[in-house]
Amino acid sequence: MATLDLDVPAHEHAARMRAGDYTARALAEATLARIRAQEPALHAYVTITEELARAQADAADARLRAGDAAPLVGIPVGVKDLLCTRGVRTTASSRMLERFVPFYDCTVVERLQAAGAVIVGKTNLDEFAMGSSTEHSAFGPTRNPWDLERVPGGSSGGSAATVAARGVPISLGTDTGGSIRQPAALCGILGLKPTYGRVSRYGVVAFASSLDQVGPFGRDAEDVANLLGAIAGHDERDSTTVPVPVPDYTAGFARGLAGLRVGVPEQFLERGLGPGVREAIEEAIAVFEHAGAIIDRSVALPTAGAALAVYYIIAPSEASANLARYDGVKYGFAVTDGASVEAEMSETRGRGFGSEVKRRIMLGTYALSAGYYDAYYLKAQKVRTVITREFESAFAEHDVILTPTSPTTAFRLGEKLEDPYAMYLNDLFTIPVNISGDPAISIPCGFADGLPVGLQLIGRHFDEATLLAAANAYGEATDAGKASPAALP
Amino acid sequence: MTTKARTEYEVVVGVEVHVQLKTRSKMFCACPRDYYNAEPNTHVCPVCLGAPGVLPVINREAVHFTILAGLAMGCEIPAESKFDRKNYPYPDLMKGYQISQYDRPLCVGGALEIEGDDGPKTVRLERIHLEEDTARLLHRDDGAEPYSLIDVNRSGVPLMELVTKPDMRSGHETAAFLRTLRQLLRYLEISDADMEKGSFRFDVNLSLRPRGTQPLGTKVELKNMNSFRSAQRGVEFEVQRQSAILESGGRILLETRGFVDATGETASQRSKEEAHDYRYFPEPDLPPLRIPAEEVAALRERLPELPDAKRARFEREYGLPHDEAALLAETRARAGAFEEAVRAAGDPKRARAVAHWLIGDVARHLNALGADAELADTRVTPAHIGELARLVEERTVTASSAKEVLDAAFESGEMPAAIVEARGLRIVSDAGAIDEVARRVIEANPKAVDDYRGGKESAIKFLVGQVMREMRGRADPNGATEALRSHLEAGR
Repeated sequence: MATLDLDVPAHEHAARMRAGDYTARALAEATLARIRAQEPALHAYVTITEELARAQADAADARLRAGDAAPLVGIPVGVKDLLCTRGVRTTASSRMLERFVPFYDCTVVERLQAAGAVIVGKTNLDEFAMGSSTEHSAFGPTRNPWDLERVPGGSSGGSAATVAARGVPISLGTDTGGSIRQPAALCGILGLKPTYGRVSRYGVVAFASSLDQVGPFGRDAEDVANLLGAIAGHDERDSTTVPVPVPDYTAGFARGLAGLRVGVPEQFLERGLGPGVREAIEEAIAVFEHAGAIIDRSVALPTAGAALAVYYIIAPSEASANLARYDGVKYGFAVTDGASVEAEMSETRGRGFGSEVKRRIMLGTYALSAGYYDAYYLKAQKVRTVITREFESAFAEHDVILTPTSPTTAFRLGEKLEDPYAMYLNDLFTIPVNISGDPAISIPCGFADGLPVGLQLIGRHFDEATLLAAANAYGEATDAGKASPAALP
Repeated sequence: MTTKARTEYEVVVGVEVHVQLKTRSKMFCACPRDYYNAEPNTHVCPVCLGAPGVLPVINREAVHFTILAGLAMGCEIPAESKFDRKNYPYPDLMKGYQISQYDRPLCVGGALEIEGDDGPKTVRLERIHLEEDTARLLHRDDGAEPYSLIDVNRSGVPLMELVTKPDMRSGHETAAFLRTLRQLLRYLEISDADMEKGSFRFDVNLSLRPRGTQPLGTKVELKNMNSFRSAQRGVEFEVQRQSAILESGGRILLETRGFVDATGETASQRSKEEAHDYRYFPEPDLPPLRIPAEEVAALRERLPELPDAKRARFEREYGLPHDEAALLAETRARAGAFEEAVRAAGDPKRARAVAHWLIGDVARHLNALGADAELADTRVTPAHIGELARLVEERTVTASSAKEVLDAAFESGEMPAAIVEARGLRIVSDAGAIDEVARRVIEANPKAVDDYRGGKESAIKFLVGQVMREMRGRADPNGATEALRSHLEAGR
């Protein structure tokens, strides 16, 4: 009989609970205890949902007793505090929503509950998911479990950090320009951004509607696959989801890496990489090749370099409209002693939003203004189409495209806070994939100076299965991603 | 001495009309659309409240209603349309933007035929698009200081916006267009188009130019008109105001003006320099809307016979004069009642009689109920009207008894034949009975008798009237006339 070990992956917990080794309630209590112990150092959570977790764990135990073999029954999960949870405050890590308690669940949380998962808390993020370090949280930064002086990446930093720290085995984040993959890379775990339209955005506080996707974090491919399987699929409340059937992702693992056609665009390896990153990536490529993958370094995505510019037109433009509803009139933070309604709305927004959010609202407002629309927004959309086509033609000859996830490993807190552009460059490799809508996964592939490095695999539209199978085969072929950060309770 | 010729100005008018569609649910969520008698903030959900993270889902019925309007006015229905966000901050706008349509509306072009100042006229349309209504602000001043309440029931109600080309040339034509449009929308049963309830709202754009010239003058936008009459008065006031300014060498300001009902005048609301930049961009939460040709074809099948066609058919098929046909075709309900009544009357030749009942006595009863009352709001059915027309034509009742029968039918809902029997209103053609009464009438009215005998032929009408009165309207008028004549001639 196995003891309760929080370091094992979710599927192992599931097997042990089904075997009767321990209950979901016991797992929830142990998880909550560890999170509480880690929080002072890590600050991965905005809200810990003890009561909800206990209730869900008890419900999960009833299902387990009834023989329910669904993979997530009783599994503790952290949920980014951008996903609306009925009765549990949802802040987007913003002063603006500090006391906002949704009266509805997002579709993804509904599906998690239907799958029997146990929500232990709402994880920290950059305010409204705008940032790459989780330093832009109104409630203080989350720290990287590998080095508490460093950032976990962002914006889904809390979700990545708590999984890396073995607080929870799996968690959910959102990815608009790399907000799942970059923190996964910086924290040494797996993180997958699904195809745009694969997972419902209903009830997910919107940042950039045409780019946002919810996706899973985990410490191995099987956990990521199971979590994606639970949340993916068409939702009639989100017209941008697509009714493509959701396959059994773990059933596809058998195919391995043999014959996998891997495109490696040199342009992503040539410039601006931090020390040790290229070496780690090249080592991983060698593992792929050894396992029978066909590596092609001639693949070119000539326009992908413009993706960052395209992103910083489209995302702020959409955000400028999405965030217009936070005006203090209906809910959330409100200044009520102004001279007029207009003054109060203006003051509410001035004080309720942090500086990065205001910067992006201004960028977007400018880009959409009369006289600038054609030069910025419209042009960006045209370039977006070109980038999407380039990926499409690359996938005519390749099954996946392999790049580093992030140019560097985790940086120090405060290091890039005063230089927005340096911060934006973190997402140089992840952003093109949001622009094209393709799915991509970040997989831990070793270390540089003791800090995790992630590689990114990009796949065809709705072909998450190939990414997960490759991630699983790579994970089995190496010990990359299996080490634990030291020095946390 | 020479007099300086006054320049004659021509007004050029276009309108923008907002129409709430009569769908079951709202534009982008499942909340009930009808809020008219609902408690404030009871028809709401996260979507129409603009709560964080929620998403719109297009109401296909609203799309269909808009396309029906477009087809009825001969618009082109592009195969692809899309929604856009129109950004402006206002407390009644729950998301801080309105989902509307910018450059790919559902319907393009088209036209509506109206009765213009110089006969029939075609008013061309620019476009028809679909958007969502805003919440309602209720301003209160019943405490220490004024405050506003928000009723979100209206937020997200489907709103169809129709924009015309500047084809109208007077206040009268403007009102005629609006009337004709409202009639069409009601025919299509896609909107109540009720100005009082706010389901039919319009703004007027106008400018003046010297008659005979082409370039348009400076545009003024007129708001706050809540009746067809105020649209007409607003335009007419502006023609006077602007003519006077132009005549004295002044310049017209590009501005928005509000019509003030009490004075019939307009007042400046804001100049265009303060106009918004709406920063339109494609709504990323909604994929482009594809309208397959089969869908349009199926909607075309659903188009009812439209007012003009119906009027023309009534003239042709039932031999009705233009004005009567137009009156009967005014509403779809009235036209339907008419045709049903003709069928009930059992002979198309009785159509004229049915028409007279509907336009005359029935209309009088309906008007007493309210401006938009239809037969369906009463206990009388088209079958009643048909039967009544038949009874009169078959000479079962006299015309004057028939009015009494109709009144009774409106009271009780009983069928005319039953009322005739119950009340003993069957026509009296019994010569003996009439003769008896005629004799008495002659005796009682020596002056009329003298008049008649003195050559005043019309005096007999008075005497017939007296016979009818004596017999409570039941006498066969021909029999009465005959009986009177024979007595009068005999006594000469």
